[in-house]
Amino acid sequence: MKSEKLQLDYKVILDIIQPQSTVLDLGCGEGDLLALLVKENKVKGQGIEIDDNCVFKCVEKGVSVYHGDLDTGLSDYQDNSFDYVILNQTMQQLRKPDAVIKEALRVGRKVIIGFPNFCYLTSRLQIFFRGRVPVTPSLPYDWYDTPNLHFLSIRDFDLYCSRRGVNVEKTVYLSKNNLVNILPNLFARNAIYVIS
Amino acid sequence: MDEKANGIGTVETQFFTFDELFLELGEKLGPVTLAYETYGTLNKQKNNAILILHALTGDAHVAGWHEGDKKPGWWDEMVGPGRAFDTDKYFVICSNVLGGCKGSTGPASLNPKTGKTYGLEFPIITIGDIVNAQEKLIDHFGIKKLLAVAGGSMGGMQALEWFVSKHPKIQSSIVIATAYKHSPQQIAFNEVGRQAIMSDLDWMEGDYYGKAVPSKGLAVARMIGHITYMSDISMEQKFGRQVKTEKQPFKFTAEFEVEGYLLYRGGAFVKRFDANSYLYITKAMDLYDASRGEPLAQVFNGIQSRMMAIAFESDWLYPPYQTHEIVKACKMAGVNATSCKIESTYGHDAFLLEIEEESHLIRHFLKKVYEEIQVTQVYEI
Repeated sequence: MKSEKLQLDYKVILDIIQPQSTVLDLGCGEGDLLALLVKENKVKGQGIEIDDNCVFKCVEKGVSVYHGDLDTGLSDYQDNSFDYVILNQTMQQLRKPDAVIKEALRVGRKVIIGFPNFCYLTSRLQIFFRGRVPVTPSLPYDWYDTPNLHFLSIRDFDLYCSRRGVNVEKTVYLSKNNLVNILPNLFARNAIYVIS
Repeated sequence: MDEKANGIGTVETQFFTFDELFLELGEKLGPVTLAYETYGTLNKQKNNAILILHALTGDAHVAGWHEGDKKPGWWDEMVGPGRAFDTDKYFVICSNVLGGCKGSTGPASLNPKTGKTYGLEFPIITIGDIVNAQEKLIDHFGIKKLLAVAGGSMGGMQALEWFVSKHPKIQSSIVIATAYKHSPQQIAFNEVGRQAIMSDLDWMEGDYYGKAVPSKGLAVARMIGHITYMSDISMEQKFGRQVKTEKQPFKFTAEFEVEGYLLYRGGAFVKRFDANSYLYITKAMDLYDASRGEPLAQVFNGIQSRMMAIAFESDWLYPPYQTHEIVKACKMAGVNATSCKIESTYGHDAFLLEIEEESHLIRHFLKKVYEEIQVTQVYEI
């Protein structure tokens, strides 16, 4: 796969993760990111995924995956079992994100969190002008069929990190195809944080 | 579609005999014969071999057809050209367990010391002994490292035992619908089966060979087994409360379909299985504890072989939580593992019936493991 064709968030995460490290991908979906990390960065990767069809896809790609639930699946791991724990586009679908982040920080030396920014400009305009809950490319669901249980903005996550005393090592803000450097809470669709 | 034409075709059971086996509980047994079958071709590097391990009442005949048989081997849909255990790529071996009655040495074999059948003179055997005997067969083929060991139920226990005690000799282990040790409930069901056999007057302290066999007791044991292999839903779907049509000659003649089914299964089983083997093998399962009384994760520590663990939703004999205990130990010990709980209503029987899902998981898992060793070998050269 050529790197310019990669999803931007995958590219950012690939750049963050050191080669040969150990990685746990929580809610790894069909295993695309993990398969890439194993291939490109030669990591030792492990995924956890709740959806059985996704698990089948992971196995097809040769990704090691546990079929299970993240809200309870982390307690089996010892402290610092992994160099990185990834929660990419997963956190907003967890029942208890706070507890999972805490566990991820215990199990991993660093945690990489990618989430959609609910206060992206288009969302704000949709609420303001249409008077409706936003449906955007990074949050493409209607209220009645969304898997997302939690909605947060970049500012919300900053506040969370400071309240919980979480160390933010790095932040990357993304629009569709580019990185965003000014007013991310307004112009970024997605954010990727490295916390510890 | 001709089933025979697409699969392995006609196969024959082979036999391998070695002098002596030191048993885990201290005794010696010998000579020991193992009945086995192989499918596919062992490559020059001898690195494409897979050992399949059968369940309680299985045998070496996994796939293909025996001359004149109406049914193929017990996992035929999984083993053959282009199937999950692809015999175009892999060399597949399966042997009848030590203590069994399908050609391997067991209580129905001749005791060389007395010139009579062993009966209860046969020593208590363990899953470890069963695996040690299999290792001799693998050594006999000159195979240094198996690509995979795989099995469901008691076969899963053997796959787990290979993983724990012989991991330098396996690249991977596929454990299906199994437990690292029996729960009291599992021991209880086995004990009821054993008591049914031993309370049959024809059992005669195990010395029934050449006379009437304890067929009633063995049939009841099998009936109990069958109940535990199905699920509430699968029984409802298969039988409901349907009644048989014939007129009842006796008040308690089987009248529901489910009763007739169990009687038929019990009766058929007696013709193909030895009651003493049933006692010895169920005992071996009950005695098994992969953890050796330690935390399982500690036993798994440092194991480099890969693991795939599969459980089934409606399996209440080996419930998914027991597979999760194995998975949990993999997590704690940092084993490179994959697990999947497959949706199924078949109960424990699912491991023989949910072919599509199992095939998908196993096919791709094996492919990955095989690719990896080929990469490693290129580096070694």
